[in-house]
Amino acid sequence: MAYHNPPTTPRKSATFDDYTLSEIRRAAATGIYDIRGAGAKRKLPHFDDLLFLGASISRYPLEGYRERCDTSVVLGSRHAKKPVELKIPITIAGMSFGSLSGPAKEALGRGATIAGTSTTTGDGGMTEEERGHSKTLVYQYLPSRYGMNPRDLRRADAIEVVVGQGAKPGGGGMLLGQKISDRVAEMRTLPKGIDQRSASRHPDWTGPDDLEIKILELREITDWEKPIYVKVGGARPYYDTALAVKAGADVVVIDGMQGGTAATQEVFIENVGQPTLACIRPAVQALQDLGMHRKVQLIISGGIRNGADVAKALALGVDAVSIGTAALVALGDNDPRWEAEYNALGTTAGAYDDWHEGRDPAGITTQDPELMKRVDPIAAGRRLANYLKVMTLEAQTIARACGKNSLHNLEPEDLVALTIESAAMAGVPLAGTNWIPGKNGF
Amino acid sequence: MPATPMSKAEREQGDARVFDLSLHSLRELNQALHKLTPGSNETAWEVLNPKGSHSVAVGVDQPVSIDVRGSVGYYCAGMNDGAAITVHGSAGPGVGENMMSGSIVIKGDASQYAGATGRGGLLVIEGNASSRCGISMKGIDIVVHGNIGHMSAFMAQSGNLVVLGDAGDALGDSIYEARLFVRGKVESLGADCIAKEMRPEHIELLQGLLDKAGVTGVKASEFKRYGSARKLYNFNIDNADAY
Repeated sequence: MAYHNPPTTPRKSATFDDYTLSEIRRAAATGIYDIRGAGAKRKLPHFDDLLFLGASISRYPLEGYRERCDTSVVLGSRHAKKPVELKIPITIAGMSFGSLSGPAKEALGRGATIAGTSTTTGDGGMTEEERGHSKTLVYQYLPSRYGMNPRDLRRADAIEVVVGQGAKPGGGGMLLGQKISDRVAEMRTLPKGIDQRSASRHPDWTGPDDLEIKILELREITDWEKPIYVKVGGARPYYDTALAVKAGADVVVIDGMQGGTAATQEVFIENVGQPTLACIRPAVQALQDLGMHRKVQLIISGGIRNGADVAKALALGVDAVSIGTAALVALGDNDPRWEAEYNALGTTAGAYDDWHEGRDPAGITTQDPELMKRVDPIAAGRRLANYLKVMTLEAQTIARACGKNSLHNLEPEDLVALTIESAAMAGVPLAGTNWIPGKNGF
Repeated sequence: MPATPMSKAEREQGDARVFDLSLHSLRELNQALHKLTPGSNETAWEVLNPKGSHSVAVGVDQPVSIDVRGSVGYYCAGMNDGAAITVHGSAGPGVGENMMSGSIVIKGDASQYAGATGRGGLLVIEGNASSRCGISMKGIDIVVHGNIGHMSAFMAQSGNLVVLGDAGDALGDSIYEARLFVRGKVESLGADCIAKEMRPEHIELLQGLLDKAGVTGVKASEFKRYGSARKLYNFNIDNADAY
């Protein structure tokens, strides 16, 4: 009887996986690197790797629906005459008009205002839609200075000096020609239809000593009323936090590599910067070393999705978190109802990230007048408000279970980690042990 | 009014509102300037003893005249919107940054980033300007009597930069639609910046700028014009080595 060799199952390489192969073929065919929106998509140590302990014999909880659990936060109390007071510690991150449509910006303002929090301009100046519909609006001061003017600076409730963002620490923005409509071109003082590359570096200051003088100028222009935030990408969180404090920041904002962008090179998004979880403890440590923890507020962003993420970030010592991608999803981004149109673009709902191309079926990351009609700013704003309220309730639920009457009373002692990596990054014990990697020499 | 008594110099200055920075704080000066309203009678200001202070007369938004008697530090006249500000000395980095309208005259030299991101108005530097003069300019007119340093007009979007002397390396790198006029030598041009023909409308425009800046004895025809080749406006991989 003839013996047949049993066939082996075809095996694909873990190194050369399907995505990698497709990217090699795409690069070879086009001769250009891949540009996309959103943040890092690779699996990273994240808040999912942490667990709360809850109450036990030695810790008793608060009643879930009856006892007060404060969620408010004050940002900018260090120097500003008029600090920002928010009802919830979840803010809306900076996203530009240009990358987002006017109705999407309006919806962000409406939703944030209902929920009692702030929204933020972006690399394109302040629009009437967002100023008019945002009770509290943070005005970004960016390297490009598109749309920057003293009137809007004074109309803002806070100023955020943007040094970098998590998706691309050290990189500037870009907006491809198809999104440079007449209105966007006018706001950015650019010819219509050209690819717009935002500078990666501020034009009139370099280094922490200059930053201190720049912050002084902004305070003088606004008569010391506005809180001044300094936003950095998750690169060197300990030193960046310390230097921002030294330069006079009221608030430090750190954006981890899961934080989204409107458009950047894929290679940049996935390979530069640190995960959000890895940024928090060094930043808190810097504030504690300077005696400034809770005096200079810390905001963290990049991959915040639910109330558990909020509670974990606050337990690790931050004062507030910021959301961008999640807010867009609440507005309707990547909604399966547009699946046929996503398919026509060669993608699927949940994976669509060609935000720079301006063809967003959901009408959010576009300047196409027909597509942007799909965003009803009132309904979308309501969805964002609902989502923010759910996140807040979730965070309160966890805080009460840990016996805390304020979200800001959560502490690292309430947490354990599921992996050695997350234990080391968060500075909390590996579950079932008292081992914090890196502490006490081990 | 300032809380502290006036100095002898302040009392002797006639009609101008005089602010002595050796007696009053910077914050008092800027807040007094910001309190000005349209139609105010306090249209002439003198600032004494700036001694290199940063952020002198920033964010002024009324058409007043301000004479600063001495040299200033960073960001003097930043975001000026309508005032006529004269520095009787030299200016540190970022003078007139993001100016909206009005005019600024520097009698001495200016450091880096003069007129950065300026959107309107006229900045005149009677001495030399250092590197990155007119960086990211967005509509401002800048006239420099002397020379300018390297990387000037980097990513310049709109407006006019006029240089009576020489320009340093990489002039107009990644320039958009700003116009550069240089009378002297240009050390080198940056990516996508080229020499362009001086047509009659450019001569006329330049002559107007020279007149506004009080430049005499110099003809517009002595200048060369530089601007964008517009080859990098839409990304093309075959241009990658130009960046």
